[in-house]
Amino acid sequence: MSDLDVAAIKADFPILSRTIRDGKKLVYLDSGATSQKPRQVLDAEREFYEKHNAAVHRGAHQLAEEATDAYETARKKIATFIGAKVNEIVFTKNATEAINLVSYAFLNATLKAQNKKPLPEGSEQFVLHPGDELLVTEMEHHANLIPWQELADKTGVKLRWIGLTDSGRLDLSNLDSLITNKTRIVSLTHQSNLLGTINDIDVITKAAKKVNALVLLDACQSVPHMKVDVGTLNVDFITWSGHKMLGPLGIGCLWSRNELLNAMPPFITGGSMIETVSMEGSTFASAPQRFEAGVPMAAQAIGLAAAVDYLSAIGMDKVAAHEHKLTQLALELLGKIPGVRIIGPLDSANRGSAISFVVDGLHPHDVGQVLDEQGIAVRVGHHCAWPVCKRYQVPATTRATFYIYNDESDVEALAAGIIKAQEFFGVK
Amino acid sequence: MKLENMYQEIILDHYKRPHGKGLIEDSDAQVHHVNPTCGDEITLQVKHVPGTDKFTIHYDNQGCSISQASASILFDQLDGKSFAEGEPAVEHMVAMMQRAEEPDEDLLGDGIALVGVAAYPARVKCALLSWMAWKDAVIQAQGKEGK
Repeated sequence: MSDLDVAAIKADFPILSRTIRDGKKLVYLDSGATSQKPRQVLDAEREFYEKHNAAVHRGAHQLAEEATDAYETARKKIATFIGAKVNEIVFTKNATEAINLVSYAFLNATLKAQNKKPLPEGSEQFVLHPGDELLVTEMEHHANLIPWQELADKTGVKLRWIGLTDSGRLDLSNLDSLITNKTRIVSLTHQSNLLGTINDIDVITKAAKKVNALVLLDACQSVPHMKVDVGTLNVDFITWSGHKMLGPLGIGCLWSRNELLNAMPPFITGGSMIETVSMEGSTFASAPQRFEAGVPMAAQAIGLAAAVDYLSAIGMDKVAAHEHKLTQLALELLGKIPGVRIIGPLDSANRGSAISFVVDGLHPHDVGQVLDEQGIAVRVGHHCAWPVCKRYQVPATTRATFYIYNDESDVEALAAGIIKAQEFFGVK
Repeated sequence: MKLENMYQEIILDHYKRPHGKGLIEDSDAQVHHVNPTCGDEITLQVKHVPGTDKFTIHYDNQGCSISQASASILFDQLDGKSFAEGEPAVEHMVAMMQRAEEPDEDLLGDGIALVGVAAYPARVKCALLSWMAWKDAVIQAQGKEGK
Protein backbone atom coordinates (compact mmCIF):
# COMPACT_ATOMS: atom_id res chain seq x y z
CA MET A 1 0.00 0.00 0.00
CA SER A 2 1.50 3.37 -0.93
CA ASP A 3 2.07 5.95 1.80
CA LEU A 4 -0.14 8.96 2.27
CA ASP A 5 1.16 12.12 0.63
CA VAL A 6 0.98 14.06 3.88
CA ALA A 7 2.48 17.21 2.37
CA ALA A 8 -0.28 17.32 -0.23
CA ILE A 9 -2.91 16.64 2.41
CA LYS A 10 -1.53 19.38 4.70
CA ALA A 11 -1.80 21.85 1.83
CA ASP A 12 -5.57 21.27 1.81
CA PHE A 13 -5.87 22.48 5.44
CA PRO A 14 -5.61 26.27 5.67
CA ILE A 15 -5.13 26.35 9.45
CA LEU A 16 -2.04 24.12 9.30
CA SER A 17 -0.04 26.88 7.65
CA ARG A 18 -0.42 29.28 10.58
CA THR A 19 2.17 29.81 13.28
CA ILE A 20 1.80 29.46 17.05
CA ARG A 21 3.16 31.51 19.97
CA ASP A 22 6.48 33.02 18.80
CA GLY A 23 6.20 32.11 15.11
CA LYS A 24 6.47 28.38 15.73
CA LYS A 25 5.15 25.94 13.14
CA LEU A 26 1.86 24.37 14.27
CA VAL A 27 2.12 20.68 15.08
CA TYR A 28 -1.50 19.72 15.70
CA LEU A 29 -1.76 16.60 17.82
CA ASP A 30 -5.25 17.12 19.21
CA SER A 31 -7.48 15.61 16.51
CA GLY A 32 -8.95 13.39 19.21
CA ALA A 33 -10.59 16.52 20.58
CA THR A 34 -11.47 17.94 17.18
CA SER A 35 -10.00 17.54 13.72
CA GLN A 36 -8.99 20.33 11.38
CA LYS A 37 -11.00 20.94 8.19
CA PRO A 38 -9.83 20.73 4.57
CA ARG A 39 -10.71 23.50 2.17
CA GLN A 40 -13.10 21.10 0.41
CA VAL A 41 -15.32 20.90 3.52
CA LEU A 42 -15.20 24.65 4.13
CA ASP A 43 -16.03 25.35 0.46
CA ALA A 44 -18.98 22.93 0.46
CA GLU A 45 -20.53 24.55 3.51
CA ARG A 46 -19.92 28.05 2.17
CA GLU A 47 -21.37 27.16 -1.23
CA PHE A 48 -24.54 25.88 0.40
CA TYR A 49 -25.07 29.19 2.17
CA GLU A 50 -24.15 31.18 -0.95
CA LYS A 51 -26.28 29.26 -3.45
CA HIS A 52 -28.82 26.84 -1.94
CA ASN A 53 -29.69 27.92 1.58
CA ALA A 54 -33.29 27.41 2.63
CA ALA A 55 -35.22 25.58 5.34
CA VAL A 56 -35.11 21.87 4.54
CA HIS A 57 -38.38 19.85 4.33
CA ARG A 58 -40.34 23.08 4.45
CA GLY A 59 -41.64 25.00 1.50
CA ALA A 60 -42.26 24.31 -2.13
CA HIS A 61 -40.02 26.92 -3.70
CA GLN A 62 -36.92 26.10 -5.72
CA LEU A 63 -34.39 26.99 -3.02
CA ALA A 64 -36.23 24.75 -0.56
CA GLU A 65 -36.13 21.91 -3.09
CA GLU A 66 -32.40 22.37 -3.66
CA ALA A 67 -31.65 22.58 0.07
CA THR A 68 -33.71 19.47 0.81
CA ASP A 69 -32.12 17.58 -2.05
CA ALA A 70 -28.63 18.54 -0.88
CA TYR A 71 -29.43 17.52 2.71
CA GLU A 72 -30.85 14.11 1.78
CA THR A 73 -28.06 13.47 -0.71
CA ALA A 74 -25.61 14.16 2.12
CA ARG A 75 -27.46 11.66 4.31
CA LYS A 76 -27.18 9.01 1.57
CA LYS A 77 -23.46 9.64 1.16
CA ILE A 78 -22.82 9.39 4.89
CA ALA A 79 -24.89 6.20 5.11
CA THR A 80 -22.91 4.60 2.28
CA PHE A 81 -19.66 5.53 4.05
CA ILE A 82 -20.47 3.06 6.84
CA GLY A 83 -22.29 0.52 4.64
CA ALA A 84 -25.76 1.59 5.80
CA LYS A 85 -29.09 2.48 4.20
CA VAL A 86 -30.19 6.08 3.93
CA ASN A 87 -33.15 5.75 6.34
CA GLU A 88 -30.85 4.35 9.02
CA ILE A 89 -28.97 7.62 9.65
CA VAL A 90 -30.26 10.20 12.14
CA PHE A 91 -28.46 13.54 12.25
CA THR A 92 -27.85 14.93 15.73
CA LYS A 93 -25.74 17.75 17.11
CA ASN A 94 -22.92 15.34 17.97
CA ALA A 95 -22.24 11.87 19.34
CA THR A 96 -23.08 13.00 22.89
CA GLU A 97 -26.58 13.92 21.75
CA ALA A 98 -26.88 10.68 19.76
CA ILE A 99 -26.09 8.59 22.85
CA ASN A 100 -28.53 10.64 24.91
CA LEU A 101 -31.14 9.98 22.19
CA VAL A 102 -30.87 6.24 22.83
CA SER A 103 -30.78 6.54 26.64
CA TYR A 104 -33.85 8.80 26.51
CA ALA A 105 -35.64 6.27 24.30
CA PHE A 106 -35.40 3.92 27.27
CA LEU A 107 -36.52 6.59 29.74
CA ASN A 108 -39.39 7.87 27.63
CA ALA A 109 -40.64 4.40 26.77
CA THR A 110 -40.50 3.39 30.44
CA LEU A 111 -42.35 6.51 31.63
CA LYS A 112 -45.01 6.33 28.92
CA ALA A 113 -45.59 2.63 29.58
CA GLN A 114 -46.02 3.40 33.30
CA ASN A 115 -48.63 6.02 32.39
CA LYS A 116 -50.22 3.75 29.78
CA LYS A 117 -49.62 6.30 27.03
CA PRO A 118 -49.29 5.40 23.34
CA LEU A 119 -45.94 4.03 22.24
CA PRO A 120 -44.61 2.88 18.86
CA GLU A 121 -44.87 -0.77 17.93
CA GLY A 122 -41.93 -2.77 19.20
CA SER A 123 -41.15 -0.29 21.99
CA GLU A 124 -41.23 -3.00 24.71
CA GLN A 125 -37.53 -3.53 24.13
CA PHE A 126 -37.00 -0.02 25.52
CA VAL A 127 -39.26 -0.34 28.58
CA LEU A 128 -37.19 -0.93 31.71
CA HIS A 129 -38.32 -2.99 34.69
CA PRO A 130 -37.03 -3.34 38.26
CA GLY A 131 -34.03 -5.64 38.30
CA ASP A 132 -32.92 -4.69 34.78
CA GLU A 133 -29.29 -3.79 34.19
CA LEU A 134 -27.30 -1.52 31.89
CA LEU A 135 -23.67 -2.36 31.04
CA VAL A 136 -20.88 0.01 30.08
CA THR A 137 -17.08 -0.19 30.52
CA GLU A 138 -14.57 1.58 32.73
CA MET A 139 -12.89 3.15 29.70
CA GLU A 140 -15.88 5.12 28.42
CA HIS A 141 -15.87 8.79 27.55
CA HIS A 142 -18.23 10.67 29.86
CA ALA A 143 -20.72 10.95 26.96
CA ASN A 144 -21.15 7.18 27.10
CA LEU A 145 -21.24 6.97 30.88
CA ILE A 146 -23.22 9.86 32.36
CA PRO A 147 -26.38 9.27 30.25
CA TRP A 148 -26.51 5.68 31.53
CA GLN A 149 -25.85 6.75 35.14
CA GLU A 150 -28.71 9.21 34.81
CA LEU A 151 -30.99 6.60 33.24
CA ALA A 152 -30.25 4.21 36.09
CA ASP A 153 -30.88 6.93 38.70
CA LYS A 154 -34.19 7.92 37.12
CA THR A 155 -35.58 4.43 36.60
CA GLY A 156 -34.02 2.49 39.47
CA VAL A 157 -32.22 -0.03 37.23
CA LYS A 158 -28.62 -0.98 37.94
CA LEU A 159 -25.55 0.23 36.06
CA ARG A 160 -22.62 -2.17 35.85
CA TRP A 161 -19.34 -2.01 33.98
CA ILE A 162 -16.61 -4.12 32.43
CA GLY A 163 -13.32 -3.39 34.21
CA LEU A 164 -9.89 -2.84 32.67
CA THR A 165 -6.69 -4.87 32.72
CA ASP A 166 -3.42 -3.31 33.81
CA SER A 167 -2.37 -3.15 30.17
CA GLY A 168 -5.32 -0.96 29.15
CA ARG A 169 -7.68 -3.53 27.66
CA LEU A 170 -11.15 -4.69 28.66
CA ASP A 171 -11.12 -7.32 31.39
CA LEU A 172 -13.39 -9.93 29.84
CA SER A 173 -12.66 -12.63 32.42
CA ASN A 174 -16.09 -12.31 34.05
CA LEU A 175 -18.06 -11.24 30.99
CA ASP A 176 -20.71 -13.93 31.40
CA SER A 177 -21.54 -12.62 34.87
CA LEU A 178 -21.82 -9.10 33.47
CA ILE A 179 -23.94 -9.82 30.37
CA THR A 180 -26.90 -11.79 31.72
CA ASN A 181 -30.59 -12.02 30.98
CA LYS A 182 -31.02 -8.90 33.15
CA THR A 183 -28.90 -6.86 30.72
CA ARG A 184 -30.95 -4.58 28.46
CA ILE A 185 -28.16 -2.71 26.69
CA VAL A 186 -24.38 -2.89 26.46
CA SER A 187 -22.85 0.45 25.49
CA LEU A 188 -19.15 0.62 24.78
CA THR A 189 -16.48 2.45 22.87
CA HIS A 190 -14.94 1.08 19.69
CA GLN A 191 -11.68 2.95 20.28
CA SER A 192 -10.77 4.63 23.57
CA ASN A 193 -10.05 8.35 23.29
CA LEU A 194 -7.56 8.16 26.16
CA LEU A 195 -6.00 4.69 26.00
CA GLY A 196 -6.16 4.17 22.24
CA THR A 197 -7.47 0.65 22.82
CA ILE A 198 -9.50 -0.84 19.96
CA ASN A 199 -12.05 -3.22 21.47
CA ASP A 200 -13.08 -6.61 20.14
CA ILE A 201 -16.74 -6.02 19.44
CA ASP A 202 -17.55 -9.58 18.29
CA VAL A 203 -17.06 -11.05 21.75
CA ILE A 204 -19.47 -8.45 23.14
CA THR A 205 -22.15 -8.81 20.47
CA LYS A 206 -22.06 -12.62 20.70
CA ALA A 207 -22.73 -12.47 24.45
CA ALA A 208 -25.34 -9.74 24.07
CA LYS A 209 -27.30 -11.54 21.34
CA LYS A 210 -27.60 -14.62 23.56
CA VAL A 211 -29.56 -12.59 26.12
CA ASN A 212 -31.32 -10.23 23.69
CA ALA A 213 -29.44 -7.20 24.96
CA LEU A 214 -29.01 -4.25 22.61
CA VAL A 215 -25.48 -3.06 21.79
CA LEU A 216 -24.48 0.56 21.25
CA LEU A 217 -21.06 1.32 19.82
CA ASP A 218 -19.48 4.71 20.49
CA ALA A 219 -17.52 5.09 17.26
CA CYS A 220 -16.24 8.67 17.74
CA GLN A 221 -12.61 7.60 17.54
CA SER A 222 -13.09 4.79 15.02
CA VAL A 223 -15.25 6.09 12.14
CA PRO A 224 -12.74 8.88 11.42
CA HIS A 225 -9.71 6.58 11.60
CA MET A 226 -10.59 3.13 10.22
CA LYS A 227 -13.09 1.30 8.08
CA VAL A 228 -16.35 0.90 10.00
CA ASP A 229 -19.05 -1.21 8.36
CA VAL A 230 -22.44 -1.88 9.93
CA GLY A 231 -22.63 -5.20 8.11
CA THR A 232 -19.60 -6.67 9.86
CA LEU A 233 -20.09 -5.15 13.30
CA ASN A 234 -23.47 -6.66 14.14
CA VAL A 235 -24.34 -3.97 16.72
CA ASP A 236 -27.65 -2.16 17.15
CA PHE A 237 -26.53 1.47 17.39
CA ILE A 238 -23.48 3.36 16.24
CA THR A 239 -22.79 6.96 17.26
CA TRP A 240 -20.11 9.37 16.07
CA SER A 241 -19.39 13.07 15.62
CA GLY A 242 -18.74 14.88 12.35
CA HIS A 243 -16.16 17.29 13.72
CA LYS A 244 -13.70 14.51 14.57
CA MET A 245 -13.69 13.30 10.96
CA LEU A 246 -12.81 16.53 9.16
CA GLY A 247 -16.46 17.64 9.23
CA PRO A 248 -18.01 20.75 10.73
CA LEU A 249 -18.78 21.23 14.41
CA GLY A 250 -22.42 20.81 15.33
CA ILE A 251 -23.30 17.60 13.48
CA GLY A 252 -23.19 13.99 14.58
CA CYS A 253 -24.83 10.75 13.60
CA LEU A 254 -26.78 7.89 15.06
CA TRP A 255 -26.98 4.76 12.93
CA SER A 256 -29.51 2.02 13.66
CA ARG A 257 -31.69 -0.37 11.69
CA ASN A 258 -34.81 1.39 10.55
CA GLU A 259 -37.21 -0.98 12.35
CA LEU A 260 -35.39 -0.38 15.64
CA LEU A 261 -35.49 3.39 15.19
CA ASN A 262 -39.19 3.14 14.46
CA ALA A 263 -39.71 1.29 17.74
CA MET A 264 -38.27 4.21 19.72
CA PRO A 265 -40.20 7.15 21.13
CA PRO A 266 -38.81 10.58 20.19
CA PHE A 267 -36.20 12.50 22.18
CA ILE A 268 -36.23 16.15 21.20
CA THR A 269 -39.68 17.11 20.01
CA GLY A 270 -41.09 20.01 18.04
CA GLY A 271 -41.42 20.81 14.36
CA SER A 272 -40.49 18.42 11.55
CA MET A 273 -40.74 15.24 13.56
CA ILE A 274 -44.55 15.10 13.67
CA GLU A 275 -47.20 13.36 11.62
CA THR A 276 -50.35 15.07 12.99
CA VAL A 277 -50.74 17.78 15.63
CA SER A 278 -53.71 19.10 17.56
CA MET A 279 -54.06 20.70 20.95
CA GLU A 280 -55.24 17.37 22.35
CA GLY A 281 -52.27 15.38 21.18
CA SER A 282 -49.80 14.64 18.41
CA THR A 283 -48.46 11.69 16.49
CA PHE A 284 -44.94 11.35 15.25
CA ALA A 285 -43.20 10.83 11.93
CA SER A 286 -41.33 7.67 11.15
CA ALA A 287 -37.57 7.48 11.50
CA PRO A 288 -35.22 9.17 10.83
CA GLN A 289 -37.40 12.31 10.74
CA ARG A 290 -38.91 11.38 14.11
CA PHE A 291 -35.56 12.26 15.68
CA GLU A 292 -34.78 15.44 13.75
CA ALA A 293 -36.82 18.21 15.32
CA GLY A 294 -36.37 21.80 14.20
CA VAL A 295 -34.90 23.21 11.03
CA PRO A 296 -32.20 20.77 9.94
CA MET A 297 -28.53 21.80 10.06
CA ALA A 298 -28.26 21.34 6.32
CA ALA A 299 -25.00 23.25 5.84
CA GLN A 300 -23.24 21.06 8.39
CA ALA A 301 -24.63 17.90 6.77
CA ILE A 302 -23.31 19.01 3.41
CA GLY A 303 -19.95 19.82 5.01
CA LEU A 304 -19.87 16.34 6.56
CA ALA A 305 -20.65 14.75 3.18
CA ALA A 306 -17.70 16.65 1.73
CA ALA A 307 -15.55 15.24 4.56
CA VAL A 308 -16.77 11.76 3.61
CA ASP A 309 -15.72 12.45 0.01
CA TYR A 310 -12.29 13.59 1.18
CA LEU A 311 -11.68 10.51 3.34
CA SER A 312 -13.13 8.14 0.74
CA ALA A 313 -10.74 9.52 -1.87
CA ILE A 314 -7.85 8.57 0.42
CA GLY A 315 -9.39 5.27 1.50
CA MET A 316 -10.00 4.35 5.15
CA ASP A 317 -7.60 1.38 4.96
CA LYS A 318 -4.86 3.80 3.98
CA VAL A 319 -5.86 6.20 6.75
CA ALA A 320 -5.66 3.39 9.31
CA ALA A 321 -2.34 2.11 7.97
CA HIS A 322 -0.85 5.61 8.10
CA GLU A 323 -1.93 6.14 11.69
CA HIS A 324 -0.74 2.70 12.66
CA LYS A 325 2.75 3.63 11.47
CA LEU A 326 2.71 6.85 13.48
CA THR A 327 1.37 5.02 16.54
CA GLN A 328 4.18 2.48 16.35
CA LEU A 329 6.77 5.24 16.06
CA ALA A 330 5.24 7.18 18.94
CA LEU A 331 5.16 4.11 21.22
CA GLU A 332 8.79 3.47 20.35
CA LEU A 333 10.10 7.02 20.78
CA LEU A 334 8.13 7.88 23.92
CA GLY A 335 8.83 4.46 25.38
CA LYS A 336 12.56 5.28 25.20
CA ILE A 337 12.36 8.53 27.20
CA PRO A 338 13.30 7.93 30.86
CA GLY A 339 10.57 9.13 33.20
CA VAL A 340 7.80 8.86 30.61
CA ARG A 341 5.08 6.27 31.17
CA ILE A 342 2.43 5.52 28.56
CA ILE A 343 -1.08 4.92 29.96
CA GLY A 344 -2.69 2.34 27.72
CA PRO A 345 -1.57 -0.62 25.59
CA LEU A 346 2.11 -0.61 24.72
CA ASP A 347 1.70 -2.91 21.73
CA SER A 348 0.36 -1.42 18.52
CA ALA A 349 -1.96 -4.31 17.65
CA ASN A 350 -5.62 -3.31 18.00
CA ARG A 351 -4.48 0.07 19.15
CA GLY A 352 -5.44 3.45 17.78
CA SER A 353 -3.40 6.60 17.71
CA ALA A 354 -4.39 8.18 21.03
CA ILE A 355 -1.21 8.13 23.11
CA SER A 356 -1.66 9.27 26.71
CA PHE A 357 1.34 9.53 28.97
CA VAL A 358 2.62 10.85 32.28
CA VAL A 359 6.05 12.31 33.01
CA ASP A 360 7.71 11.74 36.39
CA GLY A 361 7.81 14.89 38.46
CA LEU A 362 5.76 16.91 35.98
CA HIS A 363 2.05 17.57 35.89
CA PRO A 364 0.44 17.09 32.46
CA HIS A 365 -0.66 20.70 32.42
CA ASP A 366 2.96 21.83 32.69
CA VAL A 367 4.10 19.35 30.04
CA GLY A 368 1.36 20.63 27.75
CA GLN A 369 2.41 24.22 28.40
CA VAL A 370 6.01 23.65 27.32
CA LEU A 371 4.85 21.69 24.26
CA ASP A 372 2.46 24.52 23.42
CA GLU A 373 5.34 26.99 23.57
CA GLN A 374 7.02 24.91 20.87
CA GLY A 375 3.91 24.99 18.68
CA ILE A 376 2.81 21.47 19.63
CA ALA A 377 -0.90 21.21 20.48
CA VAL A 378 -1.80 18.30 22.74
CA ARG A 379 -4.55 17.81 25.28
CA VAL A 380 -4.05 17.65 29.05
CA GLY A 381 -6.36 16.56 31.82
CA HIS A 382 -8.91 13.78 32.14
CA HIS A 383 -9.95 13.83 28.46
CA CYS A 384 -13.57 13.35 29.57
CA ALA A 385 -12.57 9.95 30.92
CA TRP A 386 -11.95 10.62 34.59
CA PRO A 387 -12.62 6.98 35.66
CA VAL A 388 -9.79 5.83 33.41
CA CYS A 389 -7.38 8.20 35.17
CA LYS A 390 -8.59 6.88 38.53
CA ARG A 391 -8.19 3.28 37.37
CA TYR A 392 -4.54 3.84 36.48
CA GLN A 393 -4.00 6.10 39.49
CA VAL A 394 -2.89 9.17 37.63
CA PRO A 395 -4.36 12.61 38.35
CA ALA A 396 -4.41 13.43 34.65
CA THR A 397 -2.46 12.68 31.47
CA THR A 398 -1.01 14.45 28.46
CA ARG A 399 -2.48 13.07 25.25
CA ALA A 400 -1.35 13.23 21.63
CA THR A 401 -3.59 12.01 18.81
CA PHE A 402 -2.60 11.63 15.17
CA TYR A 403 -4.49 11.99 11.91
CA ILE A 404 -3.96 12.13 8.16
CA TYR A 405 -2.16 15.49 8.29
CA ASN A 406 0.50 14.26 10.76
CA ASP A 407 3.78 12.64 9.77
CA GLU A 408 6.89 11.15 11.37
CA SER A 409 8.44 14.58 11.95
CA ASP A 410 5.43 15.45 14.14
CA VAL A 411 6.02 12.36 16.28
CA GLU A 412 9.72 13.23 16.55
CA ALA A 413 8.82 16.80 17.51
CA LEU A 414 6.57 15.45 20.27
CA ALA A 415 9.35 13.28 21.69
CA ALA A 416 11.86 16.14 21.55
CA GLY A 417 9.29 18.45 23.12
CA ILE A 418 8.74 16.15 26.09
CA ILE A 419 12.49 16.04 26.73
CA LYS A 420 12.55 19.84 26.56
CA ALA A 421 9.79 19.97 29.18
CA GLN A 422 11.81 17.70 31.44
CA GLU A 423 14.84 19.98 31.00
CA PHE A 424 12.83 23.14 31.60
CA PHE A 425 11.58 21.86 34.94
CA GLY A 426 14.84 20.21 35.84
CA VAL A 427 13.46 16.67 36.14
CA LYS A 428 15.56 15.11 33.38
CA MET B 1 10.34 34.61 27.34
CA LYS B 2 6.65 34.57 28.24
CA LEU B 3 6.92 31.00 29.46
CA GLU B 4 9.86 31.91 31.69
CA ASN B 5 7.79 34.81 33.00
CA MET B 6 5.04 32.47 34.05
CA TYR B 7 7.36 29.85 35.48
CA GLN B 8 9.57 32.14 37.52
CA GLU B 9 12.06 30.69 40.02
CA ILE B 10 9.86 31.74 42.94
CA ILE B 11 6.95 29.77 41.56
CA LEU B 12 9.03 26.66 40.88
CA ASP B 13 10.46 26.92 44.44
CA HIS B 14 6.97 26.96 45.94
CA TYR B 15 6.03 24.04 43.67
CA LYS B 16 9.00 21.92 44.75
CA ARG B 17 8.81 22.89 48.44
CA PRO B 18 5.23 23.91 49.17
CA HIS B 19 4.43 25.62 52.48
CA GLY B 20 1.57 24.67 54.77
CA LYS B 21 0.51 21.31 53.36
CA GLY B 22 -1.39 19.04 55.71
CA LEU B 23 -4.99 18.58 56.82
CA ILE B 24 -6.32 18.58 60.42
CA GLU B 25 -9.03 16.61 62.17
CA ASP B 26 -11.08 19.47 63.62
CA SER B 27 -11.37 22.23 61.07
CA ASP B 28 -14.24 24.71 61.11
CA ALA B 29 -14.88 24.38 57.38
CA GLN B 30 -13.55 22.16 54.63
CA VAL B 31 -14.05 22.66 50.92
CA HIS B 32 -13.06 20.64 47.88
CA HIS B 33 -12.46 22.58 44.67
CA VAL B 34 -11.63 21.09 41.32
CA ASN B 35 -10.47 22.33 37.95
CA PRO B 36 -12.09 19.72 35.69
CA THR B 37 -10.27 20.80 32.54
CA CYS B 38 -6.85 19.78 33.75
CA GLY B 39 -7.08 17.71 36.91
CA ASP B 40 -6.16 20.21 39.64
CA GLU B 41 -7.83 19.50 42.99
CA ILE B 42 -7.58 21.05 46.43
CA THR B 43 -9.06 20.20 49.80
CA LEU B 44 -8.77 23.30 51.96
CA GLN B 45 -9.69 23.77 55.60
CA VAL B 46 -9.81 26.83 57.83
CA LYS B 47 -9.83 26.91 61.61
CA HIS B 48 -10.92 29.86 63.63
CA VAL B 49 -8.33 31.24 66.07
CA PRO B 50 -10.27 31.62 69.35
CA GLY B 51 -10.74 35.18 70.58
CA THR B 52 -9.95 36.67 67.19
CA ASP B 53 -11.55 36.94 63.76
CA LYS B 54 -8.60 35.13 62.16
CA PHE B 55 -8.30 31.70 60.53
CA THR B 56 -5.49 29.20 60.09
CA ILE B 57 -5.22 27.42 56.73
CA HIS B 58 -4.68 23.70 56.15
CA TYR B 59 -4.76 21.99 52.78
CA ASP B 60 -3.88 19.08 50.60
CA ASN B 61 -3.81 19.29 46.84
CA GLN B 62 -2.68 17.72 43.61
CA GLY B 63 -2.21 19.37 40.31
CA CYS B 64 0.02 21.44 38.07
CA SER B 65 2.94 23.57 39.19
CA ILE B 66 0.91 26.78 38.97
CA SER B 67 -1.95 25.53 41.16
CA GLN B 68 0.40 23.98 43.71
CA ALA B 69 2.71 27.00 43.88
CA SER B 70 -0.28 29.30 44.20
CA ALA B 71 -1.62 27.32 47.16
CA SER B 72 1.74 27.56 48.91
CA ILE B 73 1.84 31.31 48.27
CA LEU B 74 -1.74 31.64 49.54
CA PHE B 75 -0.68 29.92 52.78
CA ASP B 76 2.21 32.32 53.25
CA GLN B 77 -0.01 35.33 52.68
CA LEU B 78 -3.31 34.47 54.34
CA ASP B 79 -2.57 31.92 57.08
CA GLY B 80 -3.70 33.48 60.35
CA LYS B 81 -5.55 36.34 58.67
CA SER B 82 -9.18 37.39 58.93
CA PHE B 83 -11.65 37.55 56.07
CA ALA B 84 -11.43 41.35 56.13
CA GLU B 85 -7.64 41.14 55.78
CA GLY B 86 -7.57 38.33 53.22
CA GLU B 87 -10.40 39.18 50.88
CA PRO B 88 -8.67 42.23 49.32
CA ALA B 89 -5.73 39.96 48.48
CA VAL B 90 -8.06 37.50 46.74
CA GLU B 91 -9.78 40.28 44.80
CA HIS B 92 -6.42 41.70 43.80
CA MET B 93 -5.18 38.29 42.64
CA VAL B 94 -8.24 37.96 40.41
CA ALA B 95 -7.78 41.49 39.06
CA MET B 96 -4.07 40.88 38.41
CA MET B 97 -4.99 37.74 36.44
CA GLN B 98 -7.32 39.84 34.32
CA ARG B 99 -4.59 42.47 33.88
CA ALA B 100 -6.96 44.96 35.50
CA GLU B 101 -4.47 45.87 38.24
CA GLU B 102 -0.69 46.06 38.55
CA PRO B 103 0.86 43.54 40.99
CA ASP B 104 0.84 44.76 44.63
CA GLU B 105 3.54 43.05 46.68
CA ASP B 106 2.05 44.21 50.00
CA LEU B 107 -1.14 42.32 49.24
CA LEU B 108 0.29 39.26 47.52
CA GLY B 109 3.91 38.82 48.62
CA ASP B 110 5.47 36.16 46.39
CA GLY B 111 2.09 36.03 44.66
CA ILE B 112 3.11 38.88 42.38
CA ALA B 113 5.29 36.32 40.60
CA LEU B 114 2.05 34.79 39.28
CA VAL B 115 1.46 37.86 37.10
CA GLY B 116 2.91 35.93 34.14
CA VAL B 117 -0.06 33.58 34.24
CA ALA B 118 -2.23 36.38 32.87
CA ALA B 119 -0.61 35.77 29.46
CA TYR B 120 -2.00 32.23 29.41
CA PRO B 121 -5.77 32.39 30.02
CA ALA B 122 -6.06 28.60 30.21
CA ARG B 123 -3.90 28.65 33.37
CA VAL B 124 -5.74 31.43 35.26
CA LYS B 125 -8.09 28.92 36.88
CA CYS B 126 -5.06 26.96 38.11
CA ALA B 127 -3.65 30.05 39.81
CA LEU B 128 -6.97 31.05 41.36
CA LEU B 129 -8.09 27.60 42.52
CA SER B 130 -6.74 27.78 46.09
CA TRP B 131 -7.67 31.46 46.56
CA MET B 132 -11.31 30.75 45.60
CA ALA B 133 -11.25 27.74 47.91
CA TRP B 134 -10.00 29.89 50.80
CA LYS B 135 -12.75 32.44 50.26
CA ASP B 136 -15.37 29.67 50.10
CA ALA B 137 -14.07 27.99 53.26
CA VAL B 138 -13.93 31.17 55.33
CA ILE B 139 -17.43 32.21 54.26
CA GLN B 140 -18.69 28.77 55.23
CA ALA B 141 -16.87 28.87 58.59
CA GLN B 142 -18.26 32.30 59.34
CA GLY B 143 -21.73 31.23 58.28
CA LYS B 144 -21.65 28.35 60.76
CA GLU B 145 -20.69 30.71 63.54
CA GLY B 146 -23.67 32.89 62.63
CA LYS B 147 -21.45 35.89 61.95
